[in-house]
Parts: sequence; C-alpha cells; structure tokens
Amino acid sequence: MEVFLQTLVSGILKGGLYSLIGIGMTLIMGVMGIINLAHGQLMMVAMYVTFVCFQYLGIDPYISLLVSMPALFFLGMAIQKFTLNPLMEVESILPENQVLMTVGIGMVLTEIARFIFTSDYKSVNTKYSNATFFIGEISFSVALTIAFFIAILFTVLMFWFLVKTDLGRSIRATAQDKDAALLMGINSKRITTMTFGIGSALVAAAGTLLMPIYYLFPDIGGPFTRKAFVITILGGLGSTVGAIFGGITLGLAEAFGATYIGMAFDDLVGLLIFILVLLFLPGGFKRLTKI
Amino acid sequence: MRKVPALILLAVLLAFPLVVRDHYYQHLMILVLMWVVIGSGWNIIAGYTGQVSFGDAAFFGTGAYTAGLFASKLGISPWWGMVFGGVTAMAVAFPFGWITFRLRGAYFALATLALNEVMRHVATIWESLTDGMVGILIIQTFVSKVPYYYIALGLAVVSVLSIQIIMGSRWGYYFLSIREDQDAAESLGVDTHYYKMVSLNVAAFLTGMAGALFMNYMGFIDPEVVFSLHDISIMAILVGIVGGVGTIYGPVVGAFVMVAVHEFFRTGFFGFFKGLAAITGSDAINVFARYVSQAHVLGFGILVVLVILLLPNGIVGDWNKIVSKLSPFKK
Repeated sequence: MEVFLQTLVSGILKGGLYSLIGIGMTLIMGVMGIINLAHGQLMMVAMYVTFVCFQYLGIDPYISLLVSMPALFFLGMAIQKFTLNPLMEVESILPENQVLMTVGIGMVLTEIARFIFTSDYKSVNTKYSNATFFIGEISFSVALTIAFFIAILFTVLMFWFLVKTDLGRSIRATAQDKDAALLMGINSKRITTMTFGIGSALVAAAGTLLMPIYYLFPDIGGPFTRKAFVITILGGLGSTVGAIFGGITLGLAEAFGATYIGMAFDDLVGLLIFILVLLFLPGGFKRLTKI
Repeated sequence: MRKVPALILLAVLLAFPLVVRDHYYQHLMILVLMWVVIGSGWNIIAGYTGQVSFGDAAFFGTGAYTAGLFASKLGISPWWGMVFGGVTAMAVAFPFGWITFRLRGAYFALATLALNEVMRHVATIWESLTDGMVGILIIQTFVSKVPYYYIALGLAVVSVLSIQIIMGSRWGYYFLSIREDQDAAESLGVDTHYYKMVSLNVAAFLTGMAGALFMNYMGFIDPEVVFSLHDISIMAILVGIVGGVGTIYGPVVGAFVMVAVHEFFRTGFFGFFKGLAAITGSDAINVFARYVSQAHVLGFGILVVLVILLLPNGIVGDWNKIVSKLSPFKK
C-alpha cells in the first residue's frame, strides 16, 4: 500500500510538470495546427540558461525563471517570425513542411548547445535538490513539490490569460477558426508569433523547475519532445484542460510502469497509452470534457 | 526520348565501381543507393499518397533485424533477409496501417513517430531475441564493396521502376486523389482506407529491404542505429523533400545530395580546412577545422532549415524555379 501511495504521489508531482510542458505544446498546436517537434529542445535551452545562471552568476533556479522565461519567449517569437511564418505563404504539396522545419530547428538548437557546453552531463546542485519531507510514511521531494505548485500557478495564470484578456481571446479565436478570426480583425501572424513565444516560455518554466532535480545534456530535448506530443494527444489537440489531464496521466503511467513493470518500460508505457488513446478515444480527453 | 537521361544515369552508375576504385567513394555510393530505396518508399506513402510518415525507421529497423536474426538465431544466410525483411516490415505496417489510417494529418504523423519509438524500445527491451543494446554482429559475405554496390544498385533500380509502374497504373491515380482530397476521392468510390494500406505496405516493403541490405553491408546493428529517429526517419523525409516530393527521380537526386552534404559536413568540407591549415601552418585555421568537424550536425541542421525555406518542393519539384533564377537571360 505504501509503495502504491508513494508511486501515486510521485506520479502526480511529475504529472504537474508534464502538464506545463503539454500546455505550451497544445497552445502552439491549436493555433498553428502543427506539431512543434522542437518543444523538448526549447526546454533544453531553458535548462542551459538556468544552468549558466546558477553556475556562473549564482542565481537560484527558481529566481532564474525570471531570466529563462523571457529569454525563451523571445527565442520562440524569433523562431516563429523568421522561420515558420514565411513557410505559411509558400505553395508546397505537403503541409507538413512546418513540422519538418521544427525538426530542423530542434537539431540546430541541440547542436549549438553541444558546441558550447559539450556533451557532458551537467547538474544544478542546490541545498534542496535532495531534501525530502514526510507526510505519514510517504516521502515528498521538496524541489518536486515546489515545482508542482509553481506549475499549478502557471497553469491557473494561463487559464485566466486565455479566458479574460484580449490577447488570450484572440489566441482562442485563431485556434478555433483562423479565417473567421482574420475577418474579425485579428492579426493572425502576430497571434501565432505571440503564441509560439508563450508556449516556449511555458516549457522554459518546466525546464527551469526540473533543473534542481534532473541532469542536463544536449540530447535531453528529444525524450521530452516525445513526452510532450504524447501528452498533447492524450489531452486532445489544442485543448488546455486536456493537456493537464494528459500530463497527470502520463506522469502516473510512467511512475506505475516504473514501479510495477520495470524501469526500462517507463517510456514504453507512455507510448502504449498513446496508441490506446488513438485507438479508442481519437479526440483525446477533450472528447470527454468538451472544453 | 524521356528515357535517355535515365539510361545514361544507369550506365554511369553501372560503370562507377569499375572506374572509381577508392573504397571510400564506393562506400558513399552504396549509401546513396540505399537512400534511394528508402526515399522512394517514403515518397510513395508521403509524397504521392500524402500520408506523411515520421517513422520509416520502424520498417527499416524491422528489415535489418530480420536479416540479422536470420543469421544469428537461425544460422541461415542473412541475404534471405532481403526478401523476408520486406515481408516482416509489411507485417509491422499492416496492423499499424489498419488501425491508424482512420487518423488524418497530424494525428497520423504522430502515430508513425510513436511506432518508431515503440519499435526501438521493443528492440532494446526484448533482450532474449534481439540482444538489446549489445546489437547484432554478423560476418559480412564479401570483402570487396563491389558486390554490395551492384546489389544496392539493383535494389534502387527495382524500387524506382516499381514506383514508376505503380504511379502509371490505376493505383497511382488513386494515391494522388487521396493526397489531393480524401473526401472527394471517397465520394467518387475510391476505397481510401484500402489504397492507403496498399501504399503504406509498398513503402514498408521497400524500406524493409533497404534495412536488410544495411544489415548485410554494415555487419553490425543495434537499436539506436537502425531505429534512430534522426538518422533514419528524418533523413528519409529529407531525402524525399530535398529531392522533390511526389516526383519519380526526386529520391534519387535527394539521396545523392543528402549523403554528399552529410559527408561534406562530417569530414569538414572534405578536409579542406585541415589541408589549408597544413599548408599555411596556421594554428587558428587548425582550431577552426576542428570546430567545423565537431559542428557537422549543426551545419546539417542549418541546411535543413534553409532547404525547407527556399526549396519547399525540392530540387526536382522546383527545378524550373532554380533554372530561371540561375539563368543569365531573364525572361
């Protein structure tokens, strides 16, 4: 029973971070209609920003959120403005050119990171990195718990932003119907640029929050890109609520898979759920919640 | 008359290993021919049928593992894998396509990506069959590269010809109609699900055969090599896109360009900077040369970005555009 509860707790805590990754991805997917296969790589960049802040400037990882999020926001905007937007105007047979472009961008980001920092493993070792506290018999990692609550905070803020503000409404309108939004006077190019920036900033937050308890190397982006698209499919493309459910589901599935089947299977469990969802619930959890 | 350039190309390719004795260039040409096969496979499902696959490595790896396991577990010649590799790749493609062709666009692309990952994990975890990360090592049949070259050439010719025949037949028109407008095709009585299956299975068969060839030629595989997303799946897409989506000779041009560019960056512009440093004796150029070969994947990535931005329909597809840009006599 304790093992079960412990697994449940660690799954949910991890799921909170995954939700944050998923929301960024699902926003981009909803507005642009494309899968951003450079998502994990953007997270990797944010993690290196955090690492540099900690190692050379002595800034605490949680404070460096103030650096990594704006940095990735502008990086994301630049990527959208200079590489993805021009592609929208080009006539080509396959609409998947933009997806491929994100793959190329992911490669470039990874290799730049390798060029600067080499392939060595890096980590940020803070006082609270290995600290834990207990409730009953269940142990909670301090860093992961803080990360979970900050992730929840960002998610709530994101909701408020999407529902209440003008820009948020424009983003939702563009996601629902690009042409109609254009007719209503929404500058869809500006919106896609903003959205990519916001999505990148969110995944940057996830990366920075993960940094105290994780290690870092240039190829870390790939696995997280895969996790991000599994989350997004689980939740239903373009659904923010779905992304939260998807994130928690993936976190739980990985935790239970690792505990009860074996460490080697934790990635596979996520992918199996992904295929099952594609089979039996092709719209993702969005189909169940209607939000 | 349109056949003349193709025949000349074939004659040049046939004569190539007799003229060029250098093993390094023979090796590169074998890779080019292998990529022609994989690129043709990708082109038929993605370029002609419009179902973009991000998971060609799943079929490639299945073919390679079939050949490898034939040799290591059953003790029969890995060359049987050339036939059965294609068949087992189809055995993977068939249930996968059956299930996922209900999905469209981005969903299908993601499903292929997931298939890629699942196959890689399976090959890694199922150690009793595949030996996991240890990989499979077999003894190559030939010492010389020439037999491999002609086998690869034969496979490439077969794949290009079969694509040409398929696209000239009734199937080809069905594939194109699915790419252009699936609903319209369905309303005209095209069984879209069936023909997408046909297209995927042809692609899987060709890719699986290329995988078996890879196993035979390289003599060693492990899951990270043959199920690699970047080195196989993405490279297959690049071969297709750079050459020209939905063109018969696109994969041929694409394979040549991509392998050449890959080597070009990997060897630091074919050792140009290293040579320059040796001639001038300058340390700065030497350091630069080292950086260039370290950053070869970076250069490759930048090239990918540029190609997609500037030539979205590939070299063959945008040929007229290239000619008119380069031609000194503008109309």
